[in-house]
Amino acid sequence: MAKLQSSMKNMILCLFFISMGMSAALGFVFVATKGPIEESKKKAEIDALKVVLPAFDNDPTAEAKEIDGLTYYIGTSSGKAVGCAVKTFTTKGFSGRFDIMVGFKPDGSINNIAVLEQKESPGLGDKMKTKWKDQFNGKNPKDFKLLVKKDGGQVDAITASTITSRAFCDATQKAYDGYIKNFSEQLNK
Amino acid sequence: MSKLKYLTNGLLKENPSFALVLGTCPALAVTTSAINGAGMGAATTFVLICSNVLIALLKNVIPDKVRIVAFIVVIATFVTMVDLSMNAFVPDLYKSLGIFIPLIVVNCIILGRAEAFAQKNSIMNSLLDGIGMGIGFTLALTIMGSIREILGSGSVFDIRLLNENAKTMLLFVLPPGAFLTYGYLIAIANKLKK
Repeated sequence: MAKLQSSMKNMILCLFFISMGMSAALGFVFVATKGPIEESKKKAEIDALKVVLPAFDNDPTAEAKEIDGLTYYIGTSSGKAVGCAVKTFTTKGFSGRFDIMVGFKPDGSINNIAVLEQKESPGLGDKMKTKWKDQFNGKNPKDFKLLVKKDGGQVDAITASTITSRAFCDATQKAYDGYIKNFSEQLNK
Repeated sequence: MSKLKYLTNGLLKENPSFALVLGTCPALAVTTSAINGAGMGAATTFVLICSNVLIALLKNVIPDKVRIVAFIVVIATFVTMVDLSMNAFVPDLYKSLGIFIPLIVVNCIILGRAEAFAQKNSIMNSLLDGIGMGIGFTLALTIMGSIREILGSGSVFDIRLLNENAKTMLLFVLPPGAFLTYGYLIAIANKLKK
């Protein structure tokens, strides 16, 4: 078959049919992956909740509440609230925004922290995913100053990643303030 | 025999990363670990094979003046498909590759092969070329990722080779290490080709 001439009609028809065909194929893939994408998102959320909260038996994602950009999840065990997980973020990271989830026990002490999304420098800032963050566990920000030691706080900064450490403290502090303001009373009833 | 040439061309002689020096942006940016390199390579290979075949199939009905537009539409579609599928089935890898998946659209290897090969050759040859180039690119990225991961974090494919607290050459996970590794690998590939 000879190649089609580049006449106006041919060009329009060709692009029209290629775009139609390709968007139809794309629509098919979109529909097919929509379910799995949502599932994997939800699974990631629940996995993070399991890490940061004490053992719970409800579905905290069902009654998640969003206030001022932070999302709060209450975990209950046989009807009794065991803790509150706060999905929080900071924009002060070395590579901009990162998201973490902080779990609080009803008294406001930190149970555990999970890193959700981050793009800090590999090998430096992304050490926040490792054992480093365990130093927060069991501490109550009421008397544990959430600032790196250089700034007069009590947090050991990651070597060579003070900016990331500061941002991490910033996100955690935000979560704590939000928890105390919005949910502390409800959980301590 | 001649068919086999299309397949093996991409491995060393015309390796997209080390010989043609195409697609350097993802090669430098995502190869912080072996698994990232392999994942990026696999995604690119899929797009490359599909677009090569489809373009070879459509080469006679695409008028010359709008061919680049048509190629981009085809490539962008396959990239978006990969993007959605990876998000659905390998969310962790998807997260660590981030923006570089959508950026496959503008990867020179794919448009380059469509323009230089697929639109002039038969479907079968284009398929073989796509597979060969894809494997070459994947190989290149995986080697780069492995070297950088071993030297920089003391592990490969997340399997620890060194103690967690061992002093590693962090430089290799950071951008300068990418350039160093890339430069040495190109030199080695040049030597091997002779």
